[in-house]
Amino acid sequence: MKKVTAVIRPEKLEELKDALNEMGIHGMTVYEVQGCGTQRGWKEYVRGNEVMLNMVPKVKVELVVGDVQVEPLIKRICVVARTGEVGDGKIFVYPVDECVRIRTGERGEAAV
Amino acid sequence: MYDTGSTSFMLICTMLILFMTPGLAFFYGGLSRRKNVINTMLMCFVVIGIVGLLWVVAGWSFAYGGDGSLSWFGGFDQLGLNGVVSKMLAEKDAVPDGTAYPTIINICFQMAFAMITCAIITGSVAGRMKFGAIVAFIGAWVLVVYAPLAHMVWGGDGSLIGDVIGALDFAGGDVVHISSGITGLILCCCLGGRRGFGLTSARPHNVPFVALGAGLLWLGWFGFNGGSEFAADGTAALAILNTVVASSAGLASWLVVEKLQTGKPTLVGGATGLVAGLVVVTPGAGFVEPWAAVVMGIIVSPVCYFAISKLKARFGYDDALDAFGCHGVGGLLGGVLTGLFCVPELSWTEHGGLFYTGDPSLLVSQVLGILVTLAIVVVLDLVLVAIVKAAFGGSLRVSDHDEALGMDFSAHGESAYPAYTGMDA
Repeated sequence: MKKVTAVIRPEKLEELKDALNEMGIHGMTVYEVQGCGTQRGWKEYVRGNEVMLNMVPKVKVELVVGDVQVEPLIKRICVVARTGEVGDGKIFVYPVDECVRIRTGERGEAAV
Repeated sequence: MYDTGSTSFMLICTMLILFMTPGLAFFYGGLSRRKNVINTMLMCFVVIGIVGLLWVVAGWSFAYGGDGSLSWFGGFDQLGLNGVVSKMLAEKDAVPDGTAYPTIINICFQMAFAMITCAIITGSVAGRMKFGAIVAFIGAWVLVVYAPLAHMVWGGDGSLIGDVIGALDFAGGDVVHISSGITGLILCCCLGGRRGFGLTSARPHNVPFVALGAGLLWLGWFGFNGGSEFAADGTAALAILNTVVASSAGLASWLVVEKLQTGKPTLVGGATGLVAGLVVVTPGAGFVEPWAAVVMGIIVSPVCYFAISKLKARFGYDDALDAFGCHGVGGLLGGVLTGLFCVPELSWTEHGGLFYTGDPSLLVSQVLGILVTLAIVVVLDLVLVAIVKAAFGGSLRVSDHDEALGMDFSAHGESAYPAYTGMDA
């Protein structure tokens, strides 16, 4: 089992959800996050005064999947969430020791 | 017999103006940072408490009491609104000639003006001033600065600015907007900037609040300018018409300026332009033709925009929510433009605007009136600041730590959006 965490552009979330559904991945946890990286920030104007914002809003999608699904999942995210501009985000993959479905007590990949 | 039309008009206008102070709380609250919104809004709301109380105790008497013999001050005869009820009853039995409505209405009408004026000041000090210090300052200010100034401008025959100098101020350019804007500027200069001012800029935390507040101010302003005719007549209608068109023009021209300067029109900008248009037309609302009100509205936004985006950066004063940039600057401009555009037949003095008469007398009076207002306000403000500062341990501002925590938590122990994340615990 692996945990796949993708930090993506907020406007790409709907598209990604549809794509994951097509792959048969229905479970995910989504966070609204802010962060900074290569994209730096952007400028807003308040009454003509420049306001520099260096924390860019992103969406973090967290999924736990079986080992075999990891590669196709990564490839899919890279296709769907990509615009080619700086700021498309990153994917992180972590090992997961255990997973328990609370309702049934199932464990391991069966519980994912 | 009273004119019941004017009586009800004045009562309704009074209530509309009273509504402006909570409206301003939303305007300022939306512009403030999330961690300071309670403090910012409470500074406006607390004005209702302070001024409501002090106007009864002495404010009304200082502004409009006495026998009218002093050019700069009312009197002490109506402290605690002494004799108000017996006067109202006596008036009812024998209505004096030329009295359109019960004069007791003026007490509340003028109190509403004092409230919104004091509330405007608080925008300059947002995010860093000790709450007790602003309460003390406003309590003193309304009695020492506002009430005498209202007398000097609107005290009738013999009053210093309104009669001796002969400056026109229909609904409060000098008394309300210049006095509050300049006081805001002085306070923010004495306080110093917010932490990190000029390095990290704070942006408005709730823009829809700003729009809501601007809308409430817009509504209230019709009572503010319309009621300043003190009768339900054609001039009142003109004042309301001018108020609409000047604010419309101000909104439109602000958006155009933003489009040209930064590429995109904003809602905060539109709301600011609306208010700037309201401010600029205030001194001339019942004196100018609608086309002139449009011109005033078109001019004011670029001027205020320049003050807020360029002057503030150039001189480095942290007028947090732009009480000076909007009200001070807009009021100064409106006072001067009234000297240009006043229709001679509508003038309270024998002089009309330069545009119609070619005679600069009124324009000179307007400028003199503004200069005297500035001098009085600046001197008295500096004295009050010194006294309040001494009374609050030598500093008007909270500690750096409290400021970083946010005023809502450090000064009030209250948070604006406890369930904002959906967790209601």
